[in-house]
Parts: sequence; C-alpha cells; structure tokens
Amino acid sequence: MSDSTPRDSAEQTAFRSHCQQWLAANPLPEPPVRLPQSAIEIMHREQLEYLRDWQRQAYEAGLVGCDYPEASGGGGRTNCQRIANQEMQRAGRPFLPNILGLGMAAPTLQIHGNDFQRETLLPRLFSCADIWCQGFSEPGAGSDLANVQTRAERHGDGWRITGHKVWTSLAHFADWMILLARTDRDRKYEGMTYFVVPISTHLGKTVQVRPLIKITGETGFNEVFFDGLEIPDHYRVGEIGEGWKVAQTTLLHERGAGPLVTPSSGRGGPPERALGDAYALLDLARRSPRGLGCAADDPVLRDRIVQLIIRQEGSKQGARRAQVAALCDHPMRIPLQAKVVMSEIRQDVCALAMELQGAAASLSMGDAQAPDGGEWTLGYLNSYGVTIAAGSNEIQRNILGERVLGLAKSK
Amino acid sequence: MTQPRDFGFDTETTLLRDTARQLLRDRLPTQALHPLVATEHDPHRPPACHWDPPLWQQIVDLGWTTVAVPEDAGGAGMPLVALAALAEESGRAALPSPFIATATATLVLRQCQSAAARLLLHEIAAGRTATLAATPRSGAWDTPACDLRLEGGQLHGSAWYVQDAAKAEVLIAKAVHPDGLALITVPVDRQGVELVPDAIVDLTRDQAHVHFRGVSVDDAQILAVPGAGGAALEAAWPGVLTLVAADICGAAEWLLQTTAEYARTRVQFDRQIGFFQAVKHPLVNLMIQLDQARSLVYNAACALDHEPEQAEKFARMAKAAAAEVAAFSANRAIQLHGGIGFTWECAVHLYTKRQKHNQLLYGDAIYQRARLAELLLAETRITDHRKS
Repeated sequence: MSDSTPRDSAEQTAFRSHCQQWLAANPLPEPPVRLPQSAIEIMHREQLEYLRDWQRQAYEAGLVGCDYPEASGGGGRTNCQRIANQEMQRAGRPFLPNILGLGMAAPTLQIHGNDFQRETLLPRLFSCADIWCQGFSEPGAGSDLANVQTRAERHGDGWRITGHKVWTSLAHFADWMILLARTDRDRKYEGMTYFVVPISTHLGKTVQVRPLIKITGETGFNEVFFDGLEIPDHYRVGEIGEGWKVAQTTLLHERGAGPLVTPSSGRGGPPERALGDAYALLDLARRSPRGLGCAADDPVLRDRIVQLIIRQEGSKQGARRAQVAALCDHPMRIPLQAKVVMSEIRQDVCALAMELQGAAASLSMGDAQAPDGGEWTLGYLNSYGVTIAAGSNEIQRNILGERVLGLAKSK
Repeated sequence: MTQPRDFGFDTETTLLRDTARQLLRDRLPTQALHPLVATEHDPHRPPACHWDPPLWQQIVDLGWTTVAVPEDAGGAGMPLVALAALAEESGRAALPSPFIATATATLVLRQCQSAAARLLLHEIAAGRTATLAATPRSGAWDTPACDLRLEGGQLHGSAWYVQDAAKAEVLIAKAVHPDGLALITVPVDRQGVELVPDAIVDLTRDQAHVHFRGVSVDDAQILAVPGAGGAALEAAWPGVLTLVAADICGAAEWLLQTTAEYARTRVQFDRQIGFFQAVKHPLVNLMIQLDQARSLVYNAACALDHEPEQAEKFARMAKAAAAEVAAFSANRAIQLHGGIGFTWECAVHLYTKRQKHNQLLYGDAIYQRARLAELLLAETRITDHRKS
C-alpha cells in the first residue's frame, strides 16, 4: 500500500510535499564512518556528530517535533510527525540520534513539565544541541521498576541525588537525563519523584559514567553513579511523590503506545541493506547456497520466511488499523502490542537470516567473507536489547493481559 | 492504485456491523445457540442441519445479502470490507446460516459477465440462497480439478464439500468441458440432482456432496461459458478466502473473550487463574495473533476493491494467519477452561469445531504459505529484474 492516499488532511498534504521537496533538495553527505544499526549503539564521536548534524538540519526544516507547540520549539502542527517520519524513511535517511530524548523525555516534559523544561530544554533537545538519556533501571529495579533506590533528598531549596542507574544508553554523550528517584522510603509507588538532571557538566565530579560492553562487543550503554549531585527544584517534573505516574507517560511512549508520535527516520547499517525486514529474506535465501541449490528452493525455509512476512505485514496493517477507531475494540489494545510484536519479529527475522546463510553464518563482522558484512548476526545479537529493554516482553504481556483483558494483576 | 488508509470502513459500514452484532446478540446468544445446534451428542449421529430460518429472514431484511451485490444488479454495492465485517459477526455468533455460502456465491457471480449471473445476483439481493459446488472429491479447493462434466447439454458427475448445501436454494456448479471450465447455476430441486448430506464435526454448519445424474442445462443457466469459468473463480478466490478468514477472527474473538472471562472468575490457589502467567501469557499471545490476522483481513478486503492486482497475495496472507488463529484459539480455549471446557455442556466446543472446519476450508495455513512463497519469489524476481 502506498501511504500517500486521498485521506491526508489539507495540512498533511501540504506538509508532505514540503518534506519531499526539502529532502530532495538537501541530500546528506556520505557518513565519514560506518554507522551503527541504531542510536543506542552509537560508540564514536564521529558517528554522533554526523548524525547530530542530520537531526539539526531536519529540525530546522520542520521535520522534527512538528506536532509540538511552537512555545516548546515545535512546529505547532496537527498529526504531521507521522508524515515527516514516512518521508524521511522513504528518502532513506539515517536514524535520528537523540532517540531517548525524542521518544521519552520530550513527550513527558511536554505533558508534565514546567515552563523551563518545555521552553528551554525542549528546543535544544529537538535540535540535538543536548543529548538525552534515561535513568530508570537500577541493579535492583529491572522488571520491578518501582523498586528504584536512587535517593533524592531535600537540600536547601533544591535536591541532592545519590544512587546507581544502569543500562543507560547514550549516557557517555548525554547532557541531560530523565531520572526516577526515591523521595520516600516508606511508600513504594507513591514514594518516587521524577527529575531532569544534568550529566555532562558534572562528569567526574558528582556524576560518574562507566561504559558497559554488550554481548555484541559494542559499547553504547552505561552505568551512571550519582554521589550527591545538587539540582534546583525547578528540575523536578510533576509533584513530589508522583514520579510513578509521570513515568507511565515515558513508558507508554517508549513502548510506542503514547499519544505523541516519536520523530524517527531510517535504519542504521549499510544503507542498501533493509536489516530486519522480512521481505529481504527472500533475496537472502536466493543468494544463500544450500546443498547443491539455494535456500530459496527449500520448502521448509520458504514456509518459515513467509510466516515472518505475514507477521510483519500483519503488524504493519495493525498500525494502520489502530488509526481507525471503529475497528479497535479497546483503544490501547494494538498500541500496547507494538513493542512486543516489532522486537520479536526483528529477532526472528535475524535468526532466520542466520539459518539461511548456513555455514557462512559462522563468520562474524571481522571476516571479509561474512555475508552482508555480518550485519544479520550483529542484528540478531542486538535484537535482545529490544526484547529486554523498556520492560521485558514478559512484563509487556503482563500489562496487555491486565490492562486489555482485565486479568488479575501480578503485583 | 492505492488503498484508503481507513480500509474504506466508513460510517455506513460501522452502522451495518454494529446492527448485525446487536441482532445476533439479541436473537442468538450462546445460551440459545447451544440448544439449537447441540441436540445430538452421539459421535455416530446422522447428518443434520440445525438453523433458525426466521432469524435468517431478519438478516435478509437487514440487507446482508445485498452488501456485495453491485448497485446495477439490485444490491447495495458496498465496499468488501463491509462484507468482511459481517462475516466476522457471523463467526462471533457461530451463526448457523447460509450467509457465508451465499456471499461466496455472490463473489463468484460478480466475476461472471453473463446475463444469467446478473439475474442470479438480483435474486440473491432479494434473499435467494446459493452455494458453490466446485470441489472435487480430492478436496483440491483452488485448482482446475473437477469431478463434474458438461457433456451434450447435461451435467454428469459430482461436487464435494459443498458448504451449507441444505440451506441453499441454488448451486453454482463448476464443470469441465472440452473448451475449458464452465460455471452453471442449478436449482437444488432440479431433476437428477441428488444432495447427500455429510456427517460433519462442526455443529454450526452443514455440508454435502452432490451427484448430478444427467441434469439438463439450458443456455439461461450458463453463468460462465466453457473456458471462462476458471478465470471467474480465480478472480473471486481472494474474496472467498477473506470471508472465511473474517469468520475465523470473529469466532476467535469470542473464544478469547470467553476464556478471559473464565480466567477472571475461576479461582484456584486462592487467586483468579488469570493471575498466573501460564494462563495470562497464552491469552495475550492469542490476542496478538488474532489482531494481526484481523488487520490482514481488512487489508485483503480493501485490496479487492482498490488494488485487485495485490488481492491474491493479501488474501492468502489473511487466510494463512487466520487459519493459525483458528487452531490456536480453539486449542487454548479448551485447555484454559480445564475440565469444564472438555464437556458437551460448555459452549466452547461449538466454536472449537467451527474453527477446525474454518481452518481447513479452502486451504490451511501451510497450503496458503506455499502459494505465497511462489507469488512472493516471483514478485521479487520481477523487481530485481527492473532494478538491474
């Protein structure tokens, strides 16, 4: 299905042609270094600066943050971010690097933030002047996120932060973090408060960032230690004790189910490769030798490829159906499935790609003979990041069962 | 050509669907369906056809049979997504009726260019019931294979697995002829037609095989002349698959909601059993699979109206996904109901049996995916060729 259908509003139609014209007139230079597969795998400054420059240009052209109010540095449009995303993807542009800011911090600050947070922080977030990270998980607060122990204590008119956050993507480049901290030890859910805290300006002083190395060998996520970081009270987001409530907005958007559409662009890796796309398996199967023929001749492998194509098409049509209220029995039913479905399809596609490659799947990225540069194998290993992050898919299934099917709560 | 993003599901369609749902909820709730169809539990029971003709008359009065009939043939000419939505309601109620069979016939007639087809469409819009008699004994649904011959103006042979035959007034028979396949309309009471009911597992529909013993055919009965019948069936087929897939989605939603309700009320170990992830997660997995199939159904229905060149691909995707959902919903609903789900008195078995019939009808998931692999590999080969 083509997306440019007669159902665009007048504003959307005009905006779409603006996006198309701007993208056609402003091609990007070739990246100076190989780009990673997604923003949370950015390891090097050169990668970051190239991508940061791309986000700034897209923001200045009005393609990023277009549905946010002008006072927040947005474009003041209605339902146009989806259009910009479609056009950026169609033009084959790389991903936007400030993904945690765009996908999580921005909607949370827009919905719950004060004037300072919206009017001063958001424009710099959209333009990528400031990089953002998320400080939710802790060693003792993973699936049970409400168990956060990082403390925020009153200190004069402001707050003092002490604690240990983990799995913090982009913290090594970050200027700001959204932080969930404990302000009351006696109450679990009502004892948390939400803050924005500066990172880069306090590095080596009251903030330490220690990189973690993933199963792929890549860095990109970190541990962050706070040792009495002092912040003013206007860095607090929402009321004291309402951090869990504010965090629900962040989590909803992180899982792709929030009301504000996240600005997003294309994919990482080599641009010609549609990594994670089930349809790309057809071509890979034809190129992959198996026995005396190729993988595409094997009826069992064909069946498994088609199963994945059907799931991918079903998920794409589900996103389309979610926009038609009369065809959705429960408003959150499809949106809350998005994270589970997308992450599992991607994992299964990469896993099947490795099976299709046969013996050559043993070769890693460091080997010049690795099929498609070893990207499928890297994608397979990286896919666990998404099935685990943002609330593991097991937790997502609890949420779906409880919120949509009304089953008894696990907690 | 492009599809409208809302699948063409407009306010008129929503109203039609909601009215249908309300009617079946009022007239055929589960507590009425069970005594209607589950009258005889002996597995060696003879063939039976249980349905509610006055309810069918109400359905006709509401215009269900006009939906897919073009306006110039006396119908409402609505988008096919409307027909899919009604099929979904028929599945949700496990409705015993000639609706799916007649809608299938309608889709085939739409692809026939003859005056005879036009006339029959008029009659269907007015409430005449019809079914397709096109399958050979081997059960090869969508191949040219055929056990019925048109010879010297007469039909000889048989058609098998004829759906809801005992509720149909007219057969649309596929017959071989030296010039190719023909489609012929034959009233069920015509001399030489012998309808032999099959004893089937599904209690919510009926099925038969039909013998044609030298049934004479005149020109007014020729829906598609020899040589034109195969193409008409092929063009109608994506719609036929979509209808069954939609029925599956409706029945699966009933199974999902009924089982979720049971998991919210049944208490063991001092907890509602829906608390346990061994119960909760399979229900969520069913919901996810069902939602994918349902979205694919709307996409396939919409493609038939707006992107017919893509319709076969999308319809096979819908039927493949739905066939898996049919099996999974049937399986989990019985298992998660525990002992009570294994009893005749619990209505779950009515839906489970309908789903098992739906799963195989017109080709199961493995069959659809094998056809899809051929289509998709051919399609990408063409794209690759264009690129180079």
